[in-house]
Amino acid sequence: MNRSPMSRPLLLRILLILAFTAALEALCRLGVIDRFTMPPPSRILEDLARLLVTGKLYGAIAKTLSNCAIAFALAVVAGVAAGVVIHKSRLLRQALDPLFATYYAIPVFAFYPLFIIIFGLGDIPQIVIAFMMSVIAMIVNVLNGLDRVPAVLLKTARMARMSPLETALRMTLPSAAPYLLTGAKLALAYAFIGIIGSEFIMSRGGMGFEIAFAYTNFDNAVMYPLIVLILAISVAVNALLGIWEKRILARRGLR
Amino acid sequence: MTSKPSSEAPGTPAGVHARLRDVIKTFPAPGRERGVHALGPLDLDLKKGEFFAVVGPSGCGKSTLLELVAGLATVSEGTIAFEDRPVHGGVPDGIGVVFQEDASIPWLTVTGNIAFGLHKTGLGDKERNRRVADALDIMGLGDFADSYPAQLSGGMRQRVCIARTLVMQPRLILLDEPFGALDQQTRLLMGEELLKLWRETSATIFLITHALDEAAMLADRIGVMSARPGRLLSIIETDWPRDRDSRVVEEPAFGALTAQLWHKLRGESLKSIGRAQGP
Repeated sequence: MNRSPMSRPLLLRILLILAFTAALEALCRLGVIDRFTMPPPSRILEDLARLLVTGKLYGAIAKTLSNCAIAFALAVVAGVAAGVVIHKSRLLRQALDPLFATYYAIPVFAFYPLFIIIFGLGDIPQIVIAFMMSVIAMIVNVLNGLDRVPAVLLKTARMARMSPLETALRMTLPSAAPYLLTGAKLALAYAFIGIIGSEFIMSRGGMGFEIAFAYTNFDNAVMYPLIVLILAISVAVNALLGIWEKRILARRGLR
Repeated sequence: MTSKPSSEAPGTPAGVHARLRDVIKTFPAPGRERGVHALGPLDLDLKKGEFFAVVGPSGCGKSTLLELVAGLATVSEGTIAFEDRPVHGGVPDGIGVVFQEDASIPWLTVTGNIAFGLHKTGLGDKERNRRVADALDIMGLGDFADSYPAQLSGGMRQRVCIARTLVMQPRLILLDEPFGALDQQTRLLMGEELLKLWRETSATIFLITHALDEAAMLADRIGVMSARPGRLLSIIETDWPRDRDSRVVEEPAFGALTAQLWHKLRGESLKSIGRAQGP
């Protein structure tokens, strides 16, 4: 409604990012940062445009993004299913809750060599790593969302004589939607980290692999544009989910 | 709609809308074999078309009583019949509930909220729209048809919930401290609207409240409940005319009535806060 208090932090944010980029640009051009370490940001963008025009890396980009999408989709589906089951069983819940709480202390990447031995050096071990990282965030948020469905709304569904399926679809799901979106946002971020991280460590392709390859060849004209591209994609996808989330919350007067 | 209740059904004379007999409710509790005794034994006949209020000390099982009648909970012992059919393990057709908590659905507009239960009724679009429009009109929500609950005050949201119950055209409306969260002036006015609805729909109303003045102002009969386990101590008739409104609070009889309710409840309320009855 009132736009100005919202747009001022946004303005400041943009200014800070621009100032940081300008400072980097200046440091690079003045030679404080030598050009073998890092080219100036303007040059990185130029290289990125050139890379995208040649289409040389489209295969790598497609591979990374599709693996992310697969891991993310699996995490959302499995996370919702597991969340619903765990929510129903008190015993299961009490047994698993402490494990969820400590889960992110585990460096999942440590299992990567094991997965390569089991699944071979293809896409599967990377998807497994990404899935392992994202599914728990999804489960935790599904549980949180289900916990917070107001009891009075479930009673309202019963008074309307809804079947369990109808109640789930018309009451529980929309009520938990903001939490599901939060879970999905986190799951997506973890899927990116999982895929690109494992490509980095050991793989035969993908954006992470190309960055590592460019790095070992001192190929700054490929490495930096790719880093920027990953950054841009990750931020853009997250922002899209964020806008959706904000819309849902605003309608409910929560933000 | 369900078929007419059979007139030969045993037990319930004409004019009785709901009948409770020897109703007891216990809740399972760890370490107690027989559980916690929350309510009863309790007998009650709700007359068709009357406005019945229940008052009682907090924790006496008023809300449990309402949930039993609504079919949201099941009796441990005894029977409940609504329109001659036993209420057991299911929500009977023809009963509507307005809860104490805000039960407006935050992701639906006011119109969406009111129409929420209608899609299961098998009514045509035209009839559904007509009922929603009527309910918007009766509850004074016309200007807010497309608003979301978050944009409304607490009183308005409770109106939305009442409207949502009304469109189902219930023959028995149960209200569980529906105005408990509202300020005193809003409560008086909402009470007045409730009286109007009661007259216009000719439904039976069963109101649970902790506010003695609310019960005294609204009801034909007032059931006074004991401290837990809740039993009916007595039923007081108010003798108000059917077309009353909140101005009955000006009547001398209103003061006498409220005083009489408090006289009966004081000892029970003391028990409910863990004190023995005073002199």
